[in-house]
Amino acid sequence: MDSVLLIYKGIYILVIFGISLLIATYSTYFERKIAAFIQDRVGPNRAGPMGLLQPLADAGKLFFKEEFIPAKANKMLFILGPGIAMLVAAMSSAVIPFGDTLILGETSFDLIAIDVNIGILYIFGVVSLGVYGLMIGGWASNNKFSLLGAIRAASQNISYELAMGLSLIAVLMLSGSLSLKVIAEQQTGFNWNIWYQPLGFLIFLICAFAETNRTPFDLPESEAELIGGYHTEYSSMKLGMYLFAEYINIFVVSAVMSTLYFGAYNFPFMENLRNAFDDPVLGNNVVTIIGVAVMFAKIFAFIFFFMWVRWTLPRFRYDQLMKLGWNILIPLAILNILLTGGGILLYEYFTNG
Amino acid sequence: MELLSNRSKNVAQKEMTLSERMYLPAIAQGLGITIKHFFKKKATINYPEETRQRSDVWRGLHVLKRDENGAERCTACGLCAVACPAEAITMTAGERKKGEEHLYREEKYAVTYEVNMLRCIFCGLCEEACPKAAIFLQDDKLAPARYEREEFIYGKDRLVEPLKTTETK
Repeated sequence: MDSVLLIYKGIYILVIFGISLLIATYSTYFERKIAAFIQDRVGPNRAGPMGLLQPLADAGKLFFKEEFIPAKANKMLFILGPGIAMLVAAMSSAVIPFGDTLILGETSFDLIAIDVNIGILYIFGVVSLGVYGLMIGGWASNNKFSLLGAIRAASQNISYELAMGLSLIAVLMLSGSLSLKVIAEQQTGFNWNIWYQPLGFLIFLICAFAETNRTPFDLPESEAELIGGYHTEYSSMKLGMYLFAEYINIFVVSAVMSTLYFGAYNFPFMENLRNAFDDPVLGNNVVTIIGVAVMFAKIFAFIFFFMWVRWTLPRFRYDQLMKLGWNILIPLAILNILLTGGGILLYEYFTNG
Repeated sequence: MELLSNRSKNVAQKEMTLSERMYLPAIAQGLGITIKHFFKKKATINYPEETRQRSDVWRGLHVLKRDENGAERCTACGLCAVACPAEAITMTAGERKKGEEHLYREEKYAVTYEVNMLRCIFCGLCEEACPKAAIFLQDDKLAPARYEREEFIYGKDRLVEPLKTTETK
């Protein structure tokens, strides 16, 4: 029994790892395709049908490029930087519930790699480690522009993590649990958190853009001012790792947002569908499989939104970025906490008394 | 100061309203514009597979015409070479032998005829100069890009119109 579970967990972790890598790979393709479509072009269409092999061609190109290390760079840290960024990005999808439980024979399998009771804290901890990858890489390059990019990355991530955490507290007040699985289970059917936390979601969304270094908050890697920021000196697959880590982060943040606010694998009328089957096991499995598809649909919608915004908005100025983070988002997040607390008190007052 | 006309505009910076300071309505508007472009028809023409429709008077790649019997019209008079402002055309003339009447229309013909596509400015003066209606600039073909300079010197093998044989209709 235990060994079955162990093997299942091993396979599941590998599958999740593979899926996040695959999605990150094809994010680069869809990024270019969406950029092209928004600019009335057709985008990459030469490698394979509709250009679908373009990510492979890009990766192949990156592998064959010259591996350049600046002469006065700190060599160990220079190599460590992209490694940390990549490792941390790939680690964070471990606690995300991609589906409910599948029942095969006697055993039921949870579609979550590690069900820890502090899931969301784990994600926050791991994602904030990601900034070390950027900082180490930027500092070790021994280049002013890289260092500026690294400093920007660090200060931006710290500033926006505050507002992100504060907006999250309101969700935690509603759910009463830090476990992503519990938060997902509470949003059955159409009872999603977004209906209770529209302001919190907005703050979280803006902070998610800043955390993943996406436009309009891509100051750490702004091409125009910092010639690439922290990855100016990087070439070959080390550069690829940085870009790849960014796309994995987008995937993870999209998954977290759909779990926290958009009901994870829950979809409207899922209970009706479950009861429509005579066999409860079959009903459960069908609902779970549709739920996984729904979860990924939500994630893809968020990834599309990230790209859509990137090709709509210009970059913030640095003082505007800091002002938005500290003067607007943090007070708003605190206000949101107060409103949520008041709402909970009112609800309890009217239901109990 | 007295204004001479009332056309001057007040350019003072005005206070932003709350909705303007929130940015979000403007961002939503911008997202709406980009998503509209997302579904628009694309302006791209996939070049090697499809080409843009050219004008009827487009001056493209040269062709040496044949007459209705399939004999070459060119008599190597050299008027095109004289007319050419870029000096792109050279040729050597030869005399038609007995039994070659089906190949060349007149007694004199061009043994070699070369157009240097790097020199040519596609002005069409050779076409105007030709008394035998032998050289034309086609409206559907271009001199394609190549790697070597020598490949841009087009000889008779690439200039003369292919024979219309009865087998291939």
